[in-house]
Amino acid sequence: MVEIKNLVKNYGNKNAVDDISFTIKEGEVVGFLGPNGAGKSTTMNIITGYLSATSGTVTVGGKDIFKEPLAVKRQIGFLPEQPPLYVDMTVYEYLSFVFELKGCDFNKKEHLSEVMEKVKITDVKNRLIKNLSKGYKQRVGIAQAIIGNPKFIIFDEPTVGLDPVQIIEIRNLMRSLGKSHTVILSTHILNEVQAICDRVIIINEGKIIANEKTADLNRVVGQSAKIKIKVAGPNKEVLNLLKSLQGILSVTSDGIKEGDTYSYIIDSNPAIDVRKIIFNALASKSWPMMGMESLEAELEDVFVKLIQGNGKEKK
Amino acid sequence: MLAIFKREMRSYFTTSIGYIFLASALIISAVIFSISTIFSQTADTSVYFSGLVFVLMIFIPILTMKSFSEEKRTKTEQLLLTAPVSTIQMVLGKFFSAFTMLAIFLASSCVFILPLNSFVAEDASGPNGALVIGNIMALLLVGMCFIAIGIFISSLTENQFAAIVITILVLLLLFVINLFNSLIDVYAIRVILDWLSIYARYTSFTNGIFDIGALIYYISLAGVFLFLTVRVFESRKYN
Repeated sequence: MVEIKNLVKNYGNKNAVDDISFTIKEGEVVGFLGPNGAGKSTTMNIITGYLSATSGTVTVGGKDIFKEPLAVKRQIGFLPEQPPLYVDMTVYEYLSFVFELKGCDFNKKEHLSEVMEKVKITDVKNRLIKNLSKGYKQRVGIAQAIIGNPKFIIFDEPTVGLDPVQIIEIRNLMRSLGKSHTVILSTHILNEVQAICDRVIIINEGKIIANEKTADLNRVVGQSAKIKIKVAGPNKEVLNLLKSLQGILSVTSDGIKEGDTYSYIIDSNPAIDVRKIIFNALASKSWPMMGMESLEAELEDVFVKLIQGNGKEKK
Repeated sequence: MLAIFKREMRSYFTTSIGYIFLASALIISAVIFSISTIFSQTADTSVYFSGLVFVLMIFIPILTMKSFSEEKRTKTEQLLLTAPVSTIQMVLGKFFSAFTMLAIFLASSCVFILPLNSFVAEDASGPNGALVIGNIMALLLVGMCFIAIGIFISSLTENQFAAIVITILVLLLLFVINLFNSLIDVYAIRVILDWLSIYARYTSFTNGIFDIGALIYYISLAGVFLFLTVRVFESRKYN
């Protein structure tokens, strides 16, 4: 179990982490979500003992990181934002160095081949790390973190800078690790959290603004409440028609014109599926619809909703 | 600590820094040796050993320049600092690996002394064995301090080039201080400068005197700089 109480970290006058508290239960996969500079990395670096806190406590498995750092570090596997790789070593040499560094006491050969199998790097084990692609380097970084079977694994922005295929692979890997470990991962991508995590902690400007089960978060965000459509028809009349429809909260035309086709962004009530309504309404006027897509909720939308939601509760 | 030591030793020989250090230091010291003994028709090694201190002054920074600067630049220090290893162990691992390289260099340089025996056989005054051993020990001790200073400076910057230049300059400065020490009248300053003069204590070893005071001085000076290195990492956590 990870327990964080009233954690504060100041850099000079800047408040990077401002009095945050949360707990993570064993076996959970928790996403740490927030824009860049929100304090995610700082918090993770404090949990792993890389940085010290201005005040507050961090206990991992009942041990305080500031009082018994080695006991805590032994329980944690950490992949920092930039994987800490010695690029002049081969994958195997590097991992066996990490194995010895962590002072593991299992059979080295077996354990390393098990780890390499898990993150699928067995085929590159004799290659120099500097010659590997970014996706492979990231996997070596993950392998490094899970050596020694730590109870807790902390990943800081594990998918940044990877291509879409690699992102999917790394996410799958995270999901499978989540079955056997307690995982904390940070990201600024909303759907990454939705894809992997049981629970989400949203942090902004050093403060926690939400700490919810992923399912609950989806309710807050709503399922694809934003729709983008393209309609061939007179701009103003289409706009007026759309605004008059049931379940539609707002319509904006982004003014982009391709031939006689305009596109519109529609914000609708998540409880009503407005797609059929829109289709029928446009069909009755014989204004052909040239395209329709649901827009994924972005982190900013969640922020706006959460902040608005909090405001309402306070009123 | 052993893991870090082993990795450092490996990296000396895979990144060629180790070879560069050994080869260039051995070549320069061979030249000094030839000029000071064989070409001068003498078996007296004192000039040679004084010269070796300067070789160490220039070449030890090659060993230490990367030790922490590189880790900082490539962020690999994050691995070491979040691993279940104390900062002291981390610093000592680095220190002992550089010290081992120094020992390898000094041991190989002993080969020079051997032919001297046959060379001077006719006039019956070969190199003094005790003197040679004393000198090698002194070089190990001085080198140990140089390494500690080099590691400390390397922990302050992420630029290897800055680390090597600053380390050489600091070592030179310490040498210059030693030269000017006797010219200063103010007692207090002389005490302070004397505390810093690594080189002054070296001479008693080169004369074949085993000076316990100097031994303690060198070990504690190295200890101070290694301790400062540990402090650098501890204090960085709070920034």
